[in-house]
Amino acid sequence: MLTLQNINKTFEGKPVLTDVNLNIPKGATHALIGSSGSGKTTLLRITLGLIPFDKGYVKINDHALLSFSPVEWADRIGYVPQDGGLFPHISGFENVSLIAKLRGWNKQRIGSRVEELRKLVGLEAQLLTQFPFELSGGQQQRVAIMRAAMMDPQVMLLDEPMAALDPLIRRSLQQELKSIFQRLDKTVLLVTHDLGEAVFLAEQITLLHEGKIVQTGSYRDLLLNPADPFVTAFINAQRTLPDAAEVA
Amino acid sequence: MRRAAAAGLLLAALSMRVAPLFAADRIVVGSKAFTEGYVLGEIAAQTVESATNAPVTRKLGMGSTGIVFEALKSGAIDVYSDYTGTLTEAILKRPDLKSVDDIQRALSRIGLVMSAPLGFDDTYALAVKETFARENDLDSISDLSRIEGRVRAAFSYEFMDRQDGFQGMVAAYKLHLAPQRINRMEHSLTFQAIDDGAVDLIDLYSTDAKIEKSKLRVLKDDRGYFPVYQAVWVARSAFVEQHPRAWAALLSLQGAISERAMIDMNAQADIQHVSFAKIAAQFLGSEAPRSQSLKSNILQRTREHLWLVGIALLFSVLVGIPLGLIAVRFHAAGQGILIASALIQTIPSLALLCFLIPLFGVGMKPALAALCMYSLLPVVLNTFTGIRGVDPKHVENARAFGMTGRQVLLRIVLPLSSPTILAGIKTATIVSIGTATLAALVGAGGYGAPIVSGLSLNDVPTILTGAIPAALMALIAYGLFEIIGLVLIPAGLRKHS
Repeated sequence: MLTLQNINKTFEGKPVLTDVNLNIPKGATHALIGSSGSGKTTLLRITLGLIPFDKGYVKINDHALLSFSPVEWADRIGYVPQDGGLFPHISGFENVSLIAKLRGWNKQRIGSRVEELRKLVGLEAQLLTQFPFELSGGQQQRVAIMRAAMMDPQVMLLDEPMAALDPLIRRSLQQELKSIFQRLDKTVLLVTHDLGEAVFLAEQITLLHEGKIVQTGSYRDLLLNPADPFVTAFINAQRTLPDAAEVA
Repeated sequence: MRRAAAAGLLLAALSMRVAPLFAADRIVVGSKAFTEGYVLGEIAAQTVESATNAPVTRKLGMGSTGIVFEALKSGAIDVYSDYTGTLTEAILKRPDLKSVDDIQRALSRIGLVMSAPLGFDDTYALAVKETFARENDLDSISDLSRIEGRVRAAFSYEFMDRQDGFQGMVAAYKLHLAPQRINRMEHSLTFQAIDDGAVDLIDLYSTDAKIEKSKLRVLKDDRGYFPVYQAVWVARSAFVEQHPRAWAALLSLQGAISERAMIDMNAQADIQHVSFAKIAAQFLGSEAPRSQSLKSNILQRTREHLWLVGIALLFSVLVGIPLGLIAVRFHAAGQGILIASALIQTIPSLALLCFLIPLFGVGMKPALAALCMYSLLPVVLNTFTGIRGVDPKHVENARAFGMTGRQVLLRIVLPLSSPTILAGIKTATIVSIGTATLAALVGAGGYGAPIVSGLSLNDVPTILTGAIPAALMALIAYGLFEIIGLVLIPAGLRKHS
């Protein structure tokens, strides 16, 4: 369970986040959505423990972020950066196993955990020996998910996982991702600007605007019971293509 | 750990190598880097060798009057040959001192002892081609005034800059030579220039063997402008006290070297390419010390050169990379470090060597210090730019995965910047191999030794015995770095390039 409670953050006197509350039950997938400048990247960095905040709590299973060392916290949150964010100088396998190796895991334990995750994300074994630049966008994304899941964290945090992929691959990987989340059985927070992706992957959606939460709920809630005209405006703005009737 | 131990071993081995050169019982003979200097240096060395049992070290062919005199004052050499005119004009700055007694007194005040003249006078002179002299009816320096607007000259740096050189001469003779027709160049190259017909007038020493070879006419100093340059031994008082027999043997050569004898010896070296050791032995009527074969000579030079470059390289890596890291971390200090290492680079190498002699003496130490300083900039700068070029998102991701600062540096930042850092080390190495040839000017040996003596003799084959191995070493270093790159640069980055 991931809880953000009353988070406030100002930068140079200007509020960036105001009273942000978020509660994701164990095993649920939650999408944090907002346009650029909405504060979602700041919230992501706060959740990862990378930057300090002024007020509030970040908790996993009721244990506050500040009660852990950075290393302990990092092992509780598996992070998938934008576009996978693989380190270019080491192979896929080394990317996945780097942190476990630094924590002193032995070869055998690393090997069996990597194998377990490889099967889970459905990646050919041979691909793990390759360097990131030799892998397709979708393959890199899978390696990045393996890396995030390696230490068996309670929470997974994904930043714009599909942003750099072309639309067709995106479709098939979204499907894939959904079943990977189900198999992993983790609490997942997904940060995206794409409503379609959020609706497809997450049960609950939080819309962030100018540092404040506008509404949290299912897509149905957002569509039928918008808390604010901005919600409707945001939903309508995402439907960019004219439908058949309009074209005719 | 193992690497640190290896570095320690290397340093220990180096200090063992350098230390004996400075041991008290050794006698060190120095010389300037021109033919007569080498010949007199070799004569002094052999004279001392036959008079005492003390081992003699030759530091022949040192850069300039300034370097060799600094070396004498700091005790890095014990004795060398100089000229009364140079001592009064360039060193004591007392042109008023005329007699040998006066000069000896002035020198004794700074802890130095001077012999009586060795018997010949080697003053500055101006010379033109015999044919040019006839065409223009030139016999004395005064005659130059008739062609002062069109005569093309090549003068050595020392002649141009000395009080008793060019400036004083044109004033004394009221000559108005066209400045754009005056070329400053390395002394030995002026002969090449006049032989090729590129210039008409050069400065030289009156005992120069090339006067005959190049069919030159020495112009008479009809106004008696040039001071007298009588060759003498100059030594440290401490050396004279510790080695009275060596000094007595040197004094036995007072008045013993005639102008004719000196010109002959210079000619043997310059024109017939007889070794200095053989010329000196012939003059002293003794057996020439066994000369090294070319192969063992080159091997020794290679060892010396490798030491110089190797230590400089080690230093540039052990100091340059941390300095680069500091420059990245602390902005103000960083700018200071980068500017300082760039400024070092702008100091001419001969000047830097000159500054370092009072601190380090002569030989390996000042040469190493200079090389270390020069090799710093490429490593510091490339470390700085390499690390600054690492995508900050990788650093943030690494921190989000819970990596410590040290782990981020060692596992992410350094590997990602390794191609740039390695390129800096490669530049430093190849530049060092070239710059190390200058180390010979302070008596550190290496491939520079044959280059410096070859230059003073205008002897191309001798120059090549230094220049070719230096070029080969640079090529080998280049190849080695390609291999090191294969090992050190992560494969994921290599395939990009």
